[in-house]
Amino acid sequence: MTVLLRVEHVTKRFGGLVAVNDVSFELHEGEILGLIGPNGAGKTTLFNCINGVYTPEEGHIYFQGQDITGWKPYDVARFGMARTHQIVRPLADLTVRENVMVGAAFGAKGLGLLDAAMVADEVMEFLGLAERADMLAGSLNVAQKKRLELARALAAQPKLLLLDEVLAGLNPAEIAEMVETVKAIRRRGITIIMIEHVMHAIMNVSDRIIVLDFGQLIAEGTPQEIANHPKVIEAYLGDPKLAERLMSGE
Amino acid sequence: MSQRKPSLPPAFRLADFRPALPGRHWANWALPLLVVLGLGIFPLLTGKDVHRETMFTLLRAVVMAVSLNIILGYTGYVSFGHVVFFGLGGYVGFYLVAVQGRTLWEALLAGGLAAGLLAWLIGIGILRLRGAYFALVTIGVNEAVKAFIQNFDPFGGPLGLTMNFSVYQAYGGPRAMLQMTYYILVALAVAAVLLAYAVRTSKFGLGLLSIREDEDAAEVMGVVTPLAKTWAFVLSAILPGMVGALFFFRNGSVEPHEAFPLHLSIEAIVMVMLGGQGTVLGPVLGAAGYQAMRAFLLTNRYLKDIQLTVSGALLLLIVLFIPAGLIGWLRRRFPASRRVLL
Repeated sequence: MTVLLRVEHVTKRFGGLVAVNDVSFELHEGEILGLIGPNGAGKTTLFNCINGVYTPEEGHIYFQGQDITGWKPYDVARFGMARTHQIVRPLADLTVRENVMVGAAFGAKGLGLLDAAMVADEVMEFLGLAERADMLAGSLNVAQKKRLELARALAAQPKLLLLDEVLAGLNPAEIAEMVETVKAIRRRGITIIMIEHVMHAIMNVSDRIIVLDFGQLIAEGTPQEIANHPKVIEAYLGDPKLAERLMSGE
Repeated sequence: MSQRKPSLPPAFRLADFRPALPGRHWANWALPLLVVLGLGIFPLLTGKDVHRETMFTLLRAVVMAVSLNIILGYTGYVSFGHVVFFGLGGYVGFYLVAVQGRTLWEALLAGGLAAGLLAWLIGIGILRLRGAYFALVTIGVNEAVKAFIQNFDPFGGPLGLTMNFSVYQAYGGPRAMLQMTYYILVALAVAAVLLAYAVRTSKFGLGLLSIREDEDAAEVMGVVTPLAKTWAFVLSAILPGMVGALFFFRNGSVEPHEAFPLHLSIEAIVMVMLGGQGTVLGPVLGAAGYQAMRAFLLTNRYLKDIQLTVSGALLLLIVLFIPAGLIGWLRRRFPASRRVLL
């Protein structure tokens, strides 16, 4: 399998705070990689480094064989990477269709308006936004706005899709549907990294998972390996042996 | 997610039908064009010079407002010093005709080019600033260019330049010149409306709208924001520059205080806000409505001294109660009108 994305020793600091600390991993084409970790672990910051919103202080990011470290977000987007935002950012005064058209027209394919409108219609249909195509994006509810984020990213027809908590705030039925959607996106040949807090969903959908804690990569492996990894349990629950030690009166 | 289709083909197939593109409706360019032409033809029907002069002032405002709307309404950047393009274009054009003995056509071209070039330079320099900082710097640029010209001897320094009226003989004498320059202004106003429509409904325009709504999100989606903003600024500057060249040619003299009055910038903003920022028809109606109100105030015995106070109060009321302006309000109130009102 070819390596689509390689992150090498990436470090990002904000003043004295090291938000991402010497993180390295590889991503193969066609994979779904889960990125988990407690709140404030640096997951979104890592996304921002990968797609060019931040320039890391140290390390390199290679995408499709190119060193894209220090590229602007629009250059990264046009080179074939799309993302969604954890805090939704709809273009509120534009219609849903226009929002999705921006993704299609300015993304990896850089389509003309007419083609962008066709792709937008297709993607809205796929994500169940078709009836709301002519509504203003600002008038959607949160679940719909999440889907709009996904629609815009998908309309760009990227090689790599970064999903930042697309399941947060959805009810169980919506989560099940979104998981199916993510799998369907992968079947289209799009590689995915997803940040998620909904554990059963990410365990179910990911091929591999990496875990961040305090900016450091503490574990990497299949969902089963991660679920039983002592460092991961410690990061989420505190010391796993703590209860035993307390019980035995040490 | 009511219609889930997990097994779609690997690539998005293009639909067989041609979807309607947002804003592409003949009414969206025909309505503003009709208003501009209606206003433009009115003095020709009455045949009165005073009507023509009134309409000259009004159409000048239309060009200013429609052009300003490209950066203010489409892109979301408030240019407080937009009159700088009018003034610079005016000076450059005037200099070419009065000092260099060039034709009016060359002056119009040079005025537009000079304004566009200045916008390009400003754009590269300051369009990375956002919000209030950008607005403040545009005022500074206006004052800086004014101060420069006040000390620039080829442009006559603080006294400005005057034209020998014999220049007008080449255009059939002063009377014919006044008529001809009026036609040119009508043509420029038509050009402004068509440009505004073309930009608004183009891919470039969609990028500008996305910058207005959320610049960071636009960047992440692949909009090359520095380039798009700079070109929007250039496009919003060229026609004001040409109108400046036309206005001062007609005027017969140019001086710094006439060329760079800050209140003209602010009035243009009021016009855009009044009619509806980001729409094509809005600034046209806004400019016409504002000029009509201004004419009423200026000719009213009691109100003539507080004309600018009234426009200030008007801006305040618009921002407070109908920030979307007339057309924006109609589009929101009557969603069915969105197809034909832009």
